[in-house]
Amino acid sequence: MSAELLSLSAAQAAERIAAGEVSADELFTLYRERAAADRAAGDEGLNCFTWVADGLDGAGNRDRAAPLNGVPLAVKDLFCTKGVPSQSGSKILEGYLPPYTATAVERLAGAGAPLLAKTNQDEFAMGSSTENSAFGPARNPWDRGRVPGGSSGGSAAAVAAGLAPWALGTDTGGSIRQPAALCGVVGMKPTYGSVSRYGMIAFASSLDQAGPLTRDVRDAALLLSQMVGQDPCDATSLQLPEPVALPSAERLDGVRIGVPGELTGEGIEAGVLEAFRAALEEAVSLGAELEEIELPHAPHALSAYYVLAPAEASSNLARYDGVRYGLRASEPRDLLDMYTRTRHDGFGAEVKRRVMLGTYALSSGYYDAYYGRAQRVRTKIAEDFAAAFERVALIATPTAPSVAFALGSKTGDPLAMYLNDYCTVPMSLAGIPAISIPCGYSEGLPVGLQLAGPAFSENALLDAAHALERALAFDGSRARV
Amino acid sequence: MSDGGATTNGASGLEPVIGLEIHIQLATATKMFCSCDLSFGDPPNTHTCPVCLGLPGSLPVANARAVHFGLMIGLALGSELAPRSIFHRKNYFYPDLPKGYQISQYDEPLCRGGRLGEVRIHRVHLEEDAAKLTHVGASGRIHGSDESIVDFNRGGTPLAEIVTEPDLRSAEQAGAWLRLLRTTMRTLGVSDVNMEEGSLRADANISVRPTGSQELGVKTELKNMNSFRFIERGIRAEIARQAKVIEAGGTVEQETLHFDPGSGSITSLRSKEEAHDYRYFPEPDLVPVAIDDAMIAAARADMSELPADRAERFERELSLSAESAQLLAFQGELGDYFEAALAAGADPSPPAQMLANWISGELRGRLGELDDPAESNVSPAALAALVGILAAKQVTVGAARTVLERLIADGGEPAAIVEAEGLAAMDGGEELAAAVAAALAANPDAAQRVREGNAKAIGPIVGHVMRETRGRADGTEVSRLIAEQLAG
Repeated sequence: MSAELLSLSAAQAAERIAAGEVSADELFTLYRERAAADRAAGDEGLNCFTWVADGLDGAGNRDRAAPLNGVPLAVKDLFCTKGVPSQSGSKILEGYLPPYTATAVERLAGAGAPLLAKTNQDEFAMGSSTENSAFGPARNPWDRGRVPGGSSGGSAAAVAAGLAPWALGTDTGGSIRQPAALCGVVGMKPTYGSVSRYGMIAFASSLDQAGPLTRDVRDAALLLSQMVGQDPCDATSLQLPEPVALPSAERLDGVRIGVPGELTGEGIEAGVLEAFRAALEEAVSLGAELEEIELPHAPHALSAYYVLAPAEASSNLARYDGVRYGLRASEPRDLLDMYTRTRHDGFGAEVKRRVMLGTYALSSGYYDAYYGRAQRVRTKIAEDFAAAFERVALIATPTAPSVAFALGSKTGDPLAMYLNDYCTVPMSLAGIPAISIPCGYSEGLPVGLQLAGPAFSENALLDAAHALERALAFDGSRARV
Repeated sequence: MSDGGATTNGASGLEPVIGLEIHIQLATATKMFCSCDLSFGDPPNTHTCPVCLGLPGSLPVANARAVHFGLMIGLALGSELAPRSIFHRKNYFYPDLPKGYQISQYDEPLCRGGRLGEVRIHRVHLEEDAAKLTHVGASGRIHGSDESIVDFNRGGTPLAEIVTEPDLRSAEQAGAWLRLLRTTMRTLGVSDVNMEEGSLRADANISVRPTGSQELGVKTELKNMNSFRFIERGIRAEIARQAKVIEAGGTVEQETLHFDPGSGSITSLRSKEEAHDYRYFPEPDLVPVAIDDAMIAAARADMSELPADRAERFERELSLSAESAQLLAFQGELGDYFEAALAAGADPSPPAQMLANWISGELRGRLGELDDPAESNVSPAALAALVGILAAKQVTVGAARTVLERLIADGGEPAAIVEAEGLAAMDGGEELAAAVAAALAANPDAAQRVREGNAKAIGPIVGHVMRETRGRADGTEVSRLIAEQLAG
């Protein structure tokens, strides 16, 4: 029974529960035990989780009549969950129990997705491998010696390994899409503002966006449909012009897909490009029309991103000062000593690197040369996309330049690590929606294909991804442990 | 450095140049970026939430009412209202700043320019207040304290910061102008503007320069002046300090200074080298403040008469002198008292100018530290009645002053006091003639000197009459009767 239950997508499980064939408690218990086993295994497991629900007692809404029918949800550590550790992968927030729950989690709980577990992540979402977690690296279920990607690595690995039916992640420069690609699952970053950021422990406010990590596109649409919506607690949130619909498209007739030369050539591994090209041929066979397009400023996106995101982060992370919550250095000599030692002890190397980078970029005399110029690049990139979407409906790129890489292979080289976001950062800067679906293999490891559309094109994006996913028939069951 | 006292002017050839930065806590129901109630004096940390505590994941949402009040202030000051303004983050670490940055406005403020009285306004912007720190231990400052505790009730209170151009030239002028600003804000109803409770706070930028020069000298910023008295004293002391430095051939350093009202001393908080780099950048958690015509119309509709308009009305409708009109209108509580007295329906009714003079002169001069006559024992109706009977010559000026003293001491009604004390003016009949005759008889030497043409000698005789009649006699009539009886 549990093997069969485990083979169900979240949407299929929801249908079974609604039909009375499976109980929500049974499903919760199955996944809870699997998640708890991974947590208990420590370094021997995948280290996907920073917290797992104790049991059915106190677990959230499992109403089988609710829109999500009680299918349990794993949530990235950085979402505040009342009374449950919410640490954003950082020692400085170790054991922090928020007094409130993030809007996105609250909405999903209200829609019938009880909280199953909190997932491991790079500290403050800064990283592409989950190796920057203060709670140890998560591992890739396809190959335990490799990283799951990041920063939402715990969420991606948990879904891929069948330790959670579906999961919530956040994406600032690729933090949902890249781990989805490396773990062979679906990950979607919706239009900036479509999901409330209230209660998401901030990395870079103008880029952070929540989204689903799921086994398939239909699950992504179902989860996203219950997350979106304007929130009075988030001034930058907005209402999508139409509800997120469950995709049903099987063809891509007449869909014009743009392929930008800048993101599909140099710097992308040959095996990844091969799988990407094969997937595009599949799209053509479904009726899509391919067109080569230009995103002339896209090669500068990473540089702009690594000014803007650290600038915002340097300010967003100023609140971790030891005064009110989280870590406080013991026996400080004075205020400055408390600040410096708390932050020295509490932040990891990558966080410190970005705080310093961002502080420098904003400092008097350098602001225009760095922050100001990066903002202008951001505008140019958005204009590139707007021009491209005059001609094509969607844009396709590989999600990540490589398949999952070995643990420790890039930790000593920050720039090599940053290049993981090469194909995903332009969409983040433009605030447009993008989805990653598994499109094949290279070296026996999953390869992700990214589809991006103009702002508010979630439904078109989901439809196209659904049709392509069906044709590609990627089998992720091998990763389930 | 001590409170030197004298203003440096003309004599030394130096002219002070002063600009003010005023923070006004807006009297909204809730805080600037969250829905916590504003409070004063409640138990610490009882009006807090994830947003104003800067908890992880929380986000600000701008208070529409604060924007509305900001627009009213801009309209009152004749500022240009920005169709689009944005919030910035001002980054610095301090325990009273839970996010490590203050949300403020920087190069795109809500209002630019304007004028109040003789002072030009540079800008008006919105921001959030810091929390309240208490340092436990001997020093009372963060350095050397045993521990510091934070009350976040105040944190996030909406503030309007009003920055003037450097148009003020003396401590006294700064104090007077600040009173006008306070009255204007109080009239608008946008703030309690209570300096003791901190809802009105002023910092002064002060420099001195050779009289007649157009260049500005090096300025210092003087902080922590929490009463009108301290502001004038602080500015005076800093002007004197700078003048002394320059006269001794030195140069003034640009620095931020702390005025200690207790000792009157000025100490340096930080030098130019130690100045913060606030790393301002646009607040990504908020959207721009977009102002439309409907919002401006709504702000205008909520504005009551401003002090300058009130002064103009006092002149036009009540024929007050310009000086009286401004004095009453610019110190709103005097204006309110004046209008309440006029409306009291006293019979005989007091002439407006005489009433104005009595409020701004006789009454205010007897109130000591009290700013608002309405808080004294003298009701507006009582003063109106008193000035009414004075104008109708039912009492003399001297008797009226006696009545006013009684009113200030014990309250009550003028008519009753006049009756009880027998202070009614004497008509010029037999009784007064007899009193004059008695006074002449009692002061034969003085009478003789008056006969010989020494007009000043009349004093003791008049004084005698006044004493005997307990001030009820009309001085002019007494003089006339003395002259008549001596001639007779």
